[in-house]
Amino acid sequence: MLEVFIFATLNGLVTGLLLFMLASGLTLIFSMMGVLNFAHASFYMLGAYFAYSISLQFGFWLGLIFAPLIVGCLGAAVERYGLRRVHESGHVAELVFTFGLAFLIEEAIQFFWGPDTKNYQSPDILDFPLFTLFGQEFSAYRGFMIGVSVLIFIGLFRVLTRSRIGIIIQAAITHPNTVANLGHNVPLIFMGVFGVGTALAGLAGVIAGPVLTTFPGMAIVLGSIVFVIVVIGGLGSLAGAFIASLLIGLLQSYAIASDVGMPDLLNFLGVSFERDHPLNDLWTMTLPQIAPILPFLLLVLVLIFRPTGLMGNREE
Amino acid sequence: MAMIKKLSVWIAFLLVMLALPQFSDSILSVSIYNQMAIAIIFALSYNMLLGQGGMLSFGHAVYFGLGGFLAVHTLIMMEFETVYFSIIWIPLVGGLFGLLAAIFIGSFSTHKAGTVFAMISLGIGELIAASSLIFVGFFGGEAGVSGDRTFGPPLFGVEFFQDVEIYYVAAVWVFIATVFMYLFTQTPAGRMANAVRDNPERAEFIGYSARRVRFISFCASGLFAGIAGGLFALNYEFITEENLNAATSGRVLLMAYIGGLGYFIGPILGAVILTLMNSLLSNYSDLWMLYLGIMFLLTVLFLPRGFAGFIMMHQVAWLKGSLKNLALPYLITCIPAILFLVGAIGMLEMSHSEDAIFHFLGMELDTSSTITWLAAIIFTLGSLFATSKSLPQLRDAWEEANTIPEVVKEDES
Repeated sequence: MLEVFIFATLNGLVTGLLLFMLASGLTLIFSMMGVLNFAHASFYMLGAYFAYSISLQFGFWLGLIFAPLIVGCLGAAVERYGLRRVHESGHVAELVFTFGLAFLIEEAIQFFWGPDTKNYQSPDILDFPLFTLFGQEFSAYRGFMIGVSVLIFIGLFRVLTRSRIGIIIQAAITHPNTVANLGHNVPLIFMGVFGVGTALAGLAGVIAGPVLTTFPGMAIVLGSIVFVIVVIGGLGSLAGAFIASLLIGLLQSYAIASDVGMPDLLNFLGVSFERDHPLNDLWTMTLPQIAPILPFLLLVLVLIFRPTGLMGNREE
Repeated sequence: MAMIKKLSVWIAFLLVMLALPQFSDSILSVSIYNQMAIAIIFALSYNMLLGQGGMLSFGHAVYFGLGGFLAVHTLIMMEFETVYFSIIWIPLVGGLFGLLAAIFIGSFSTHKAGTVFAMISLGIGELIAASSLIFVGFFGGEAGVSGDRTFGPPLFGVEFFQDVEIYYVAAVWVFIATVFMYLFTQTPAGRMANAVRDNPERAEFIGYSARRVRFISFCASGLFAGIAGGLFALNYEFITEENLNAATSGRVLLMAYIGGLGYFIGPILGAVILTLMNSLLSNYSDLWMLYLGIMFLLTVLFLPRGFAGFIMMHQVAWLKGSLKNLALPYLITCIPAILFLVGAIGMLEMSHSEDAIFHFLGMELDTSSTITWLAAIIFTLGSLFATSKSLPQLRDAWEEANTIPEVVKEDES
């Protein structure tokens, strides 16, 4: 029981931190421009594919460096030539634009790389068990994933709260006009934040690609969950996104690892139903089975009872 | 007079729909007609939310799909003779279930519009799509559920074995649904939906609950989405999880947006264009989804009011009678633009083609030769350059055609 718990926690941590890398960029972009970037997970997917192509030629490590850079430049270009233009037509148009972009990126990836799964490998140096616990191995690559995510988290926090550029960004979020009057180029800051946000998503794709498989549907798999996190954490709140990422990561991991379900609950309550009961599917439901829908259930509940999210204070 | 003009538009709409099978009644065209009919109702119901009510939904397929599922279950019940009525009422069954679902979900999701509403709709869409794979009894798992529409009582001797018979049922439903959705925009509820979309605060100040207004639009929209789902069930006789997931929700958003949100006719245009593209282009190219994506982004960027908005842009010129002055400038821009499209599509298809010789518009292109590629690139870039050179003359002509003479301005004041 304990080993299941420990490994579920570790796996949940890996997923949670990975989700945070996506969610942090998304929530930063939202607090700056007030637009939820539907294509954010598509940049994550682009990161994985670029890194795959680079790793074929030059190895994993160069991919780790250059793929996020390329994705970041693409993201900045999207902001400069796409979003800025659509901005005049209002929020709905912006949302719809990023939605269309997600659609287009998925099709473009199928065009350039084909619809099949890519054999994107983690580097050989990290191909050993980091430690063995209760006879189960925890791979070094997963440890590396945790390390990179934590580094990014600390780096992001330091830059945003301690550096001059971070202070300007924070000011530009709440008072863009004042910041512009002080002589800063606010559109450039927006473009930069969008670029860095998408580069972070790309980085998440680079390190997640080998573990979560690199295929054209990988954006959809993760995309909506990242949304859930950003909304649950409170739109625009970095700390909220961090808590929600870990929460969702652990929740899913525990739900998958557990082996309880409705039959256990019914046994506990002393109720039983016939097999041909019309709601038989409901009475035989197990927790691992409903693990994929838990985040969405949580999202709907949070939005009904606390529309601002856990840490959000942004009233619409 | 205006009344007669309006009525004649509606009658023409009905006649065109009923006459369609006279032009072509091959299996392919009837299947396209049926898809169009379903798409028109679905897209119009979506426009009730987004275009008229200002609620961006990413889970509208839920009501379409739920209506469809109940409709198929009704067909199955007919097979076992639990219920017995003519299948022309099946879309209504779907609609009522869509309405029921909308009443339940709308009771908590319409508190707010904007991002909160969009996110709730996304969450609920994912929730229902994921649970459809868990509750196998109702949703049939991955395989979905299927029925048989021929067990109902025949209507005037028609037993609905053929798709074209279903088309006439669908056409009548499209007409009824369109009329009712149009009338809804004219009711106080429909007008208030516009007001709440534009400024919920002001609407509340004059005594309307923004939430109630949204709720009413939401329920009506669920009803019509369910009718579309019921028609889908009647046409295909099966329905799967795919029909209520995010992809279907996304498709209806594409249709409504490309067609034009602000206009009643917009979603109809979008539904027709996208269905045609879907069924015709997909025969010729694997890349049609890529083209669709590009077209969608270009629409959002350059035609924010969709195709209908593009047509309506010409209203001033038309009233002024200067529309004919625009024909030549349009032609001058269109020719290089079409050449550019041909070049770009040719290059995309060439790079996608696996054969050494690629057949394109009667030409045999060698995909491995550098000369072919060079020629294609020069052709494409050249036509792009010509297009950009032709834009200023179009802009000037446009300005000219839309300038209202001074005299008219004085008249107004």
